Amino acid sequence: MSTNLEVKVWRGREQGGFTSYKVPRRDSQTVLDVVTYIQRQLDPTLSYRFACRVGMCGSCAMTVNGVARWTCRTSVAKVAVDGKLEIAPLANLPVIKDLTTDMVEFFDKWAQAKGQFKGRHSRHDDFARVEPTSRERIAANAGIECIGCGICYASCDIVTWRPNFLGPAALNRAWTLANDVRDTRWVERLRAVAGDAGCHSCHTQGSCSERCPKRIEPTAGIAGLKRLVAKSAIRGEL
Amino acid sequence: MKRNNDFRARAHPAYWAFLVHRISGLALAVFLPLHFWLLGQAIHGEAALDGILGFTDRTAFRFGEWGLVVLLALHLMGGVRLLLIEFLPWSGLRKNWIAGALGFGVAAGLAFALALIS
Amino acid sequence: MTSAISQAKLWYWQRISAMVLALCVLGHLAVIIYAVRGGLSAAEILGRTQGNWLLGGFYGLFVLACAVHVPLGLTTIAAEWLGWRGRSADVAAALVSGLIAIMGWRAIYGLIA
Repeated sequence: MSTNLEVKVWRGREQGGFTSYKVPRRDSQTVLDVVTYIQRQLDPTLSYRFACRVGMCGSCAMTVNGVARWTCRTSVAKVAVDGKLEIAPLANLPVIKDLTTDMVEFFDKWAQAKGQFKGRHSRHDDFARVEPTSRERIAANAGIECIGCGICYASCDIVTWRPNFLGPAALNRAWTLANDVRDTRWVERLRAVAGDAGCHSCHTQGSCSERCPKRIEPTAGIAGLKRLVAKSAIRGEL
Repeated sequence: MKRNNDFRARAHPAYWAFLVHRISGLALAVFLPLHFWLLGQAIHGEAALDGILGFTDRTAFRFGEWGLVVLLALHLMGGVRLLLIEFLPWSGLRKNWIAGALGFGVAAGLAFALALIS
Repeated sequence: MTSAISQAKLWYWQRISAMVLALCVLGHLAVIIYAVRGGLSAAEILGRTQGNWLLGGFYGLFVLACAVHVPLGLTTIAAEWLGWRGRSADVAAALVSGLIAIMGWRAIYGLIA
């Protein structure tokens, strides 16, 4: 094992460039450890975002050697090539500074895709009973562990090519709610996710499903939404 | 201002399948009017059609035709994969179909080449 | 909203035409590989096609499916790779559709009639 890592880190905003740092190689080192070392020991002006460090909060995603990853759970041993790392902010999002991106449009699109749950029961009603083995429950389960890290959004070419495309995370959210039998905004949501800004622009490139750190496959939900829109249109519900 | 991905973010089989599908589709779309125009010479009689067939009877054209047959086969099988993903219950990105499509493209190319020299 | 629904409909048409094309292309590949053996000649081609209305029907459907499928694919590529969207792109797609249909059917007519 080489004693030093050669780390290139993006500095600046849209105008910027890579700065090189030498970081000591440690056992069980994560990419987030490397970034933290640079900020604490070498250059305190480096901006980056993290919170939980254990893969729950979804705030530390960056582009590592060209691929979007959750840095707190990405070990250097897995991604460094010849002791070299290149760390950049996520693609497809405005850069605030250095490794920090502006996530506003990412979350706004969740809202546009009607990502909010709205039921018909109040707290005075009994619990809804959802059969764990029902088709809808299984479909919702497959997409529900999203931590909102933005890796799928940053990895998706359609987001680059069609700036109003809702993106994999928002569509995955819409799919989990479309399979929530308690939800009441079914038709409204299908209208919101149909068309060129929604599920019909997905070309099944699969980058979202390849890169999701939670192993969610947004491509599955997007394909499901395409079928659901078609079915509802034939039934005259849209 | 946003940063864009480079080839490293796209280096996986489902993305390559997308690229092959799009580029083969584009090539076929460009070829189609030419193909129709050529066959449309039949409207002027057998001699006209023979004239144009004679013109295309050279190695460069044969190689181009071979390429188009391969692209057609790839676009066909890539398209069937997409239809399966979109219309059947989810079963992953169906990378087995990517390999299958490649095999079918090779087979169609070989069959066409063999038919040409037979 | 209505435009989103009409975009969804176009997507649907592309997939339906794709299903038709999948069958047509399989048949066409078989025809190509059968026909090119021993080289192509007008007499040989016309001998097979003239008066063969079943073949004409098959290729007529094939051309129709192409006239639906190809312009939809091209508009997607134009929007995503060239940034060419909107009315002018739609008009161009309609022209391509018409061109394919007319040229294709004309060629079939020449070969069958």
